Amino acid sequence: MHMADALLSPAVGATFWAASGGAIIYASKKVRLEIDEKKIPLMGVLGAFIFAAQMINFTIPGTGSSGHLGGGMILAILLGPYAAFLTIASVLIIQALFFADGGLLALGCNIFNMGVFPCFVAYPLIYKNMVRDNPTAGKITAASVSSSVMALQMGAFSVVLQTLLSGRSELPFMSFVLAMLPIHLAIGIVEGFITAGVVNFVRQMRPEILEGAAESRPLSGLPIRNILASLAILALLTGGILSWFASSFPDGLEWSIAKVYGKAELPESAHNLGRILGGLQEKSAFLPDYGFKEPSSPENAIPETYKPEPWPAVSAGTSVSGVVGAALTAGLALLIGLALRKKR
Amino acid sequence: MASFDSAYFDIKYLDTLSYQDTAIHRLDPRVKLLTTAIFILTVVSFSKYELTALAPLLVFPVILVSRAALPVGLLFKKIVAVSPFAVLVGAFNPLFDQQIELYLGGVPVSGGWISFASILIRFMLTVSAALILIATTSFPGICLALERLKAPRALIVQLYFLYYFIFVLMDEALRMVRARNMRAFDGRGTGLRVYVHLLGALFLRAVDRAERVHQAMFSRAFNGHFYAARRTGITCQDGIFFLAWAAFFVLCRWYNISEIIGRTVLKMIDMI
Repeated sequence: MHMADALLSPAVGATFWAASGGAIIYASKKVRLEIDEKKIPLMGVLGAFIFAAQMINFTIPGTGSSGHLGGGMILAILLGPYAAFLTIASVLIIQALFFADGGLLALGCNIFNMGVFPCFVAYPLIYKNMVRDNPTAGKITAASVSSSVMALQMGAFSVVLQTLLSGRSELPFMSFVLAMLPIHLAIGIVEGFITAGVVNFVRQMRPEILEGAAESRPLSGLPIRNILASLAILALLTGGILSWFASSFPDGLEWSIAKVYGKAELPESAHNLGRILGGLQEKSAFLPDYGFKEPSSPENAIPETYKPEPWPAVSAGTSVSGVVGAALTAGLALLIGLALRKKR
Repeated sequence: MASFDSAYFDIKYLDTLSYQDTAIHRLDPRVKLLTTAIFILTVVSFSKYELTALAPLLVFPVILVSRAALPVGLLFKKIVAVSPFAVLVGAFNPLFDQQIELYLGGVPVSGGWISFASILIRFMLTVSAALILIATTSFPGICLALERLKAPRALIVQLYFLYYFIFVLMDEALRMVRARNMRAFDGRGTGLRVYVHLLGALFLRAVDRAERVHQAMFSRAFNGHFYAARRTGITCQDGIFFLAWAAFFVLCRWYNISEIIGRTVLKMIDMI
């Protein structure tokens, strides 16, 4: 359930990067303060362990298909929330780079979905509350399954929200939710049992690791609040700034269409668009096969308050010259690439 | 992930590629990181129905791949391998957005298909940018870039350790997976029980490794800093690379270059 760059808008991507970045900075501070030297290589090793474990597929009982581990909860239980969060972030960074899992902008979202929810929400609120001071095998299993399920549900829901807010996909909210959540419920249950198995194993073989993790101070509600608050503020800021940047095109189009209909003024940004639309008129006469979705013809009376939709961008972007130009540009790009090829 | 062996091979191959020596590889890692970041932001900032304006941006990955002597086939395979989620989600667009937006030679094309195509193109551009970044910069290079860009120290240290241990543990895990697969007949032995036992054994080996490494490093006065032997500093080439590409991306965002080229060419045909 890695989020992909192609489905993201800059505002959503940047916001979640800011949130994840803030969480990383916060966790780093905490790890520096609390760390005992031994934990440093242990974090690296456990990260590699999760990474390697994710590469081993297993057949899911009953379905015959294969799946692989997420690992967030295991790390949280074995390392404590802050170290685990840094570890998960590092594993996701490596996956984003070496496997292109999702993309670099989506990495912010992925770190948030797969790091914040297991470490800062599910672990303190569910696992720790269920296990408390006397961990028995049964309790550990129940707690692992519950927290894994909750963490994955929150992560999956978060993916849906991020996709919805970005507006690149047309999937309606309910359909997407109904597709994602049940699947991740099943995945969460399986992962919960794996987590329980590994944790119980560690408890038998190396109980000191579990005790070390449990000693770290229980999480107060503060970091989550901080993260949410920064998320909200940054969403407003980045959304506002970026939408201003992105909307100058449609504004220009609105103005240029208004110009075609006889308005006197034309702001700077619409010049080239005005030319494009003018060119369109020529092309449509020259190449009668190609037609375009016509906005209402000039003959119709245009009321004073006419506000064209901000979305005729489609017509301009996929006009004939656009398509021809795109094909040419792409071909040119490939030729340049071939020409510049370095002999190995 | 497909199979352990192919993932193992991919990571090692990409890692080897990243240590090649070309002009692109010699660029400062910070510059490559920032340029890639701006590229990705530019690509995703287009509206969901934008298609033709994305074409000029193809120049960036193409030029980097050819100048850095990267294997196109491998990159393409990896892009396809990670595409399922984005393709699946995007494939629903034509279903839900059926408003006809334009006609291509008489065939009506709905907005859904346009946005789906846009998603696919964005996907190819962004994913290739990420792969090209690691293939030309090497992971220690990226860690160095992050360090110079003032990322938190604990994260950098963690990244270095993780990188080191991944190769160590992957070798261990590979041996275990091979052993399991050779003893598994008819799908037996590949289920959850064995998997959990595998994980447990792998975990113990990992922890033992960590102890030995910890003792080795700290008895040699490790203080959290990793020192790189490569001469690092921003040169003229780095500056030109960054500014030129950044300017190009901004240009592509503000003007539809495909449109301009297309119009010019059609006009010239017209005149002939």
